[in-house]
Amino acid sequence: MAGLTPASGTTEIVATELAPLRRPGWRKSFTHRSLVIGLVLTVGLLLTALTSLFYTPYDPLAMNIADRLQRPAAAHWFGTDHYGRDLLSRIMRGATVSMTVGIIAVGIGLVVGVVLGVVAGYAGRWADEVLMRGMDALYGFPAILLALLITSVFGPGLSTSMVAIGIVNVPVFARLLRANLLVLRERDFVAAARALGATEGEVVWRHFLPNAVSPLLVQATISFPNAILAEAGLSYLGLGMQPPHPSWGSMLKEAQPFLRLAPTYAIFPGAAIALAVLGCNLLGDGLRDVLDPKVSQRR
Amino acid sequence: MRRYLVRRAIAFVVTLFFVSLLSFALINVLPGDPAEIIMGTEGNPEALAVLRAKLGLDQPLPRQYAHWLRRAITGNLGVSIQYDVPVGQLIVSRLAVTFPLAGLAIGFTVLAGIPLGIIAASHHRGCGDVGTMIFSQLGIAVPSFWAGILLILLFSVYLGWFPAGGFTSWVDDPVGALRSLLLPAIALSLVQVAVLARTTRSAMLEVLREDYVQTARSKGLSDRLVLYKHALKNALITIVTLLGLQLGHLLAGSIIIENVFYLPGLGRLVLGAISARDLPVVQGVVLFLATIIVSINFAVDILYGWLDPRIRYD
Repeated sequence: MAGLTPASGTTEIVATELAPLRRPGWRKSFTHRSLVIGLVLTVGLLLTALTSLFYTPYDPLAMNIADRLQRPAAAHWFGTDHYGRDLLSRIMRGATVSMTVGIIAVGIGLVVGVVLGVVAGYAGRWADEVLMRGMDALYGFPAILLALLITSVFGPGLSTSMVAIGIVNVPVFARLLRANLLVLRERDFVAAARALGATEGEVVWRHFLPNAVSPLLVQATISFPNAILAEAGLSYLGLGMQPPHPSWGSMLKEAQPFLRLAPTYAIFPGAAIALAVLGCNLLGDGLRDVLDPKVSQRR
Repeated sequence: MRRYLVRRAIAFVVTLFFVSLLSFALINVLPGDPAEIIMGTEGNPEALAVLRAKLGLDQPLPRQYAHWLRRAITGNLGVSIQYDVPVGQLIVSRLAVTFPLAGLAIGFTVLAGIPLGIIAASHHRGCGDVGTMIFSQLGIAVPSFWAGILLILLFSVYLGWFPAGGFTSWVDDPVGALRSLLLPAIALSLVQVAVLARTTRSAMLEVLREDYVQTARSKGLSDRLVLYKHALKNALITIVTLLGLQLGHLLAGSIIIENVFYLPGLGRLVLGAISARDLPVVQGVVLFLATIIVSINFAVDILYGWLDPRIRYD
């Protein structure tokens, strides 16, 4: 599944090609079509997830067998599932799961990847070689396989899938940061900082990392929708969020036996996944265009 | 070229070593006793000790790994706890579904992705281009398992043209077997078609801006000839490289799609093994698929170096 394969849609962005975040182009970004559509969809997803914590039309877990498999109507806008639970409420709560997994999994990948990237860029040749070959192996290891291995050991569940998806994201961030670090350490301002007596820790913290923020931010927006897809895939297989709690992937699995009776049951959760991923992808593309005008010129 | 080959071969072997280490470590090194995971709450101390000895878990870890690796290299991936047959035998029995499925999916990817990319590039900023880019964005956003469910809904539930799931043996009914793989292969290839169309478009646009293409045009060659003989031929380097990588993604992606269509391939085998806590099967399937995927990536590297001399002299 593409969603479980960070290679699809991932791009390594090196600092030399990117301009700093505070550039006049940001004013133009509000007219960038992909960015605006992506932003609207992503903010919509975020608001839905936040709202569902305080309000859903019905209790997402409350069963009502008398109302099972209802088609969309005024009482239940998206219909009901095979236990009579309101689909809109469950999809809204499912957004929280997707956002949480996206944020935590990308966060794990980002933090661990940055640490390993700095170590690889700074340690000697052998440590760098071993770390990067390890990262290559992890990168070549399909996410779904790694997730299956981890799940088979720790058992299915949301935390396990978040860790599995996070680990899959580590090599992308590690390679990205190392590549940026190798470029940045040849720059004059780094030599100047060292000449002024800055320690290596200060150079990394005050000079390297702030300059690598833009590419890391763009990569995070690219990894985020992949994490949503991966979580949905694992939940579909029964390895992610466990019932009765809603997740878009597990809702699709539950809907499959009822395709003839209630086709909309399988349409709305899938559409929610597609819209969320589309929004994040467009936002990522837009950000990349705004932060790196060379990319948009090449298109 | 020889230096490039040696470098890539060393990287390939090292990557394979890490893949084996990862497959071994996740099951054997991480907290949690594999014997307890397999036996669950039913295991008494005596039974656990017997299983530990059977799995070689009473040996030091480096020895366990060396023993496991030696056996794995010779094709011995252990014995399934659930079925009590060699894991290798189980894997081979499921390849008749997984490999043709991935093969069909890569076929659809090529047949749809490359023409779409060419249309987009030849109608740059026109309707064909915009349409392809919209399709591409949507294709990447739609999860393969949802695409599979929608295909079942349309072609099986409403139209009744294809089976909604299951698999007929190739020996008993070859046409039926092919029919049961068509919808899964289309669902599996959708994302890859979108990615390939996008990449083909970019590669073609890049080549179309080159001076030799302008020269070919100024010589009076037809657009068609310029597009296919000059542009596509040179863009193929990027396309072929991507296709190799996509084959790996399709093999991994088949794990989910086989579960959507109830196909008895490697995906169903590994999922069943997770439910049954059959760790040797999980480890064996993962190692097998990861090795194939890493080998495909290695072959792609070699092919890339052969197709584009600039790479091997880098």
